Amino acid sequence: MRREARRSGVFTRRALLALGGQATLLGLLGARLYQVQVAEGGRYATLARQNSVSLRMIAPVRGRIVDRFGTVLADNKKNWRALLIAERAGNVNRTLDGFSRIVPLAPRERARIRRDVVRNRRFIPVLVRDFLTWEQMAAIEVAAPDLPGIVVDVGDTRVYPFGPDLAHLVGYVAPPTPADVQRDPTLALPGMRVGRSGVERFRERSLRGTAGAVQMEVNAYGRVIRELARQDGVPGDAVGLTIDAALQQVAVNRLGGESASAVLLDCRNGEVLAMASTPSFDPGLFDTGVSAAQWRAWVTNERAPLINKATVGVYAPGSTFKMAVALAGLRAGAITTTTHFFCPGYLKLGNRLFYCWKHGGHGSIDLHGAIEQSCDVFFYHTALLTGIDRIAETAHRFGLGVRLDIDLPLQADGLVPTRAWSHRHGRPWVLGNTAISGIGQGYVQVTPLQLATYAARLATGRAVQPHLTRTVGSTVLPGGKAEDWPLLDLPEPLLDAVRQGMFSVVNNPRGTAWAQRLPPSLGVHMAGKTGSAQVADVSRVERARGVFHTSKLPWKLRPNALFVAFAPFAAPRYAAAVVVAHGNEGAEAAAPIVHDLMVAALTRDPAGRAVPPGGVAARAGHGGGTGAA
Amino acid sequence: MSDRRLLRSVPFDTTAKLARLNWVFVLMICALAAVGYAALYSVDGGAPRPYAETQALRFALGLVLMLGVALVDIRFIARLAWPTYAAALALLVAVERFGHVGKGAQRWITIAGFDLQPSELMKVALVLALAAWFHRASWERVGQPLFLLVPLVAIAVPAALILKEPNLGTAVITTVVGLSVLFAAGVRWWMFAVPLLPLPLIARIAYGHLHGYQKARIETFLHPERDPLGAGYNIIQSKIALGSGGMWGQGYLHGTQAHLDFLPEKQTDFIFTIVGEEFGFMGALMVLLLLALIIAAGMLIGLRCRHQFGRLVAFGVTVNFFMYVFVNLAMVMGVIPVGGVPLPLVSYGGSALIAVMLGFGLLLSADLHRDAEFPADAGAL
Repeated sequence: MRREARRSGVFTRRALLALGGQATLLGLLGARLYQVQVAEGGRYATLARQNSVSLRMIAPVRGRIVDRFGTVLADNKKNWRALLIAERAGNVNRTLDGFSRIVPLAPRERARIRRDVVRNRRFIPVLVRDFLTWEQMAAIEVAAPDLPGIVVDVGDTRVYPFGPDLAHLVGYVAPPTPADVQRDPTLALPGMRVGRSGVERFRERSLRGTAGAVQMEVNAYGRVIRELARQDGVPGDAVGLTIDAALQQVAVNRLGGESASAVLLDCRNGEVLAMASTPSFDPGLFDTGVSAAQWRAWVTNERAPLINKATVGVYAPGSTFKMAVALAGLRAGAITTTTHFFCPGYLKLGNRLFYCWKHGGHGSIDLHGAIEQSCDVFFYHTALLTGIDRIAETAHRFGLGVRLDIDLPLQADGLVPTRAWSHRHGRPWVLGNTAISGIGQGYVQVTPLQLATYAARLATGRAVQPHLTRTVGSTVLPGGKAEDWPLLDLPEPLLDAVRQGMFSVVNNPRGTAWAQRLPPSLGVHMAGKTGSAQVADVSRVERARGVFHTSKLPWKLRPNALFVAFAPFAAPRYAAAVVVAHGNEGAEAAAPIVHDLMVAALTRDPAGRAVPPGGVAARAGHGGGTGAA
Repeated sequence: MSDRRLLRSVPFDTTAKLARLNWVFVLMICALAAVGYAALYSVDGGAPRPYAETQALRFALGLVLMLGVALVDIRFIARLAWPTYAAALALLVAVERFGHVGKGAQRWITIAGFDLQPSELMKVALVLALAAWFHRASWERVGQPLFLLVPLVAIAVPAALILKEPNLGTAVITTVVGLSVLFAAGVRWWMFAVPLLPLPLIARIAYGHLHGYQKARIETFLHPERDPLGAGYNIIQSKIALGSGGMWGQGYLHGTQAHLDFLPEKQTDFIFTIVGEEFGFMGALMVLLLLALIIAAGMLIGLRCRHQFGRLVAFGVTVNFFMYVFVNLAMVMGVIPVGGVPLPLVSYGGSALIAVMLGFGLLLSADLHRDAEFPADAGAL
């Protein structure tokens, strides 16, 4: 009984305490009620009287995208359009009937409008028709009294002055999906667009801006009496890219209709000056809607126009990989700059023969000659003496087969295999794999962007990261100076030995790209390396036996042509990589493109010219250079 | 003491029970329902349809249910406590499996044509189960942390299920109601303090992990004027409606805001704005007082009760009612973020009404059987 008394005593105390707490909270609510209803009541009462007051939202202006000199790459174009505000329409169908007499509406359009009306709050304007002509506009305005709920205003659409040339890079916008709208209701506003790829998508947050709202007093007939309050939207930030639109056009034109990509970097700071992928597509089509036939054509095209091959395409680097192998060997002590290997035209490993591209072989050859003439046997030896894991470690340092974190939504990682990787995938590593990795084949896969980065890092010895954005609004992003990037921690003499080899590739008559040496008038030299990477194993063996020339193979089976380069040799400023899918010989298909791109770059010298200081992108529009150099 | 018990023993026949029923309490409930009818009548634009009439019928049904439960012997109810809990839990699981989605959350399940929100029933069942558990426990036993394991799990499981629906508001209320029963049962103070200590830290970390748009919602709540069209819309419109009522109101059926389409959910969660607009601060204050009286009466029933089960049931049911009232009113007045909690007996809707009336039935039963011989060892299980 005593215990029961104790329990009930505790209950009584605590229940009273709880009651007190509840009373206090209710008292506070009473006080709040007084505050809202009486103390501030007058203000709210006025608001209430005006509450035929309707709110109208204003879509923010999407930020522009400009190149390094302020040339506009993505802009907004004025667009006259008719909107329907359901709460003012009364009978939506009757209003649409009236509208159809002026501007005919297809049944599908009407269905879409009705769906949008149902889906949104009744005060949110719904798009009826955009891209109205001046005559249509005038007719609608005249008929306004018979079209309750219809409002005509001017909105924005996105335009891309460079169209397909920058489609992969700048990306495109499309109307928001219902899922987007659920995340951010302001996207329901007519004219709002969401970046779906490229910079448009990667910088969506900065580009979009914030919606504004206008509070308006409206009379019983829906006429606006006056504006009560305006909360201006915040326009999206302009995004300034590192791209030079003129050079980009040179690259695109030079790639032509090939399934190819080119990347040009400022090798001192990693700024991407041009990044082209061909064939391309018209980014403006996504705003208005892509037809099924167009979509099918894109998707079934074996040259993959929708894919940005520069960042997403992966290719075996072929002989362009040899500098990484050489440096791995030099660092490991497996070879020195004077090591000679004898090339009889093949290497016998076990009972398997690994061929050199040159039937009959190069004879006794050292590192310099092996790069210059692209001797395969030299690099089989080097790779076997160095080991795959060391090769991978050095290649990764150069950005090959690792994520580069460029500011685009999609990029491939590529691969430089290691023993650990091989075991993870349940494949035992065999020495033959190491040998063919030595000439950038087998499992080795890299993106053209990685190749350009590799060339830039070889040239400068710094771990520059490729990046696309210089400014967002008035903020200048870091990374524009060479000192922003750490050194690679490779001995300069070793790097130099490899660079000398690359010099001879282009500037020595024996070099594989002698035909692509820069014109003497420029007064500077280019260093580079060719590559032809087999895509079908059978062709590699048969070509080595001299059975037939690869250009006679079906397109899909022809080797990929590659070339990486930097210039000027004495004081490197530009690094480039070009990959022409199934272009056969790197020296014939890829190197001339790099040559022309380098000439254009050195002539225009975008990296050497002053660029408008940060923030100018926001008001720029008339920057330098729209013509090709 | 024993002679008093003889004087006020438990009546056995139904007539005697009805005579002893707490009619004052029943009257207050009816008064509140009348406020609800009047408000819905106004929402309907001065007509009984579509809301007022339906709701009145529901209330009549709820009244019968309440009286029916009130007459059941509290000891028998105690025996049913855990089975009821199990059934409610099963319904909660069912809602996750088969429930249909309304307003973006999976909260409803249809049984025999009734749209049911099991989370509402769950709160009453939880109170019953916890009361039954602590009824058997001595003061010393309640002090042992291990003894609290079962009740904590009993709270956590339904709370987690409700949270998953997702219905944050009800999940929080369920937890608070459950913990309040623990508090009334005598769980030591420090045990409540310990889990609360790291709370600010957790909140801080959680805020860091929120998505951008979730943060935006919190920001919107803190500054609704910044987003007058999104989440801030309801809060602003609700405040405008209340404010337009002023001291004496616009007069019954003469509110402007409620009848125009500015106010969302005006027949359900935001029903109080009608009262505030048409009857003014004075009218709203009267309703607030009525609600406070019902809460005080519920607590008083608990205090008068002579067995722990009845005390805890009365306490839990009352706290549950209080939480509805507080969260709803605070939401309408823009004190806490918007979350779908109705004002019981006033808002349009069946689920909450039935659950609340069921709770009141238990409360009345506890009152009717307050002197019943129900020792702690008379196993409630």
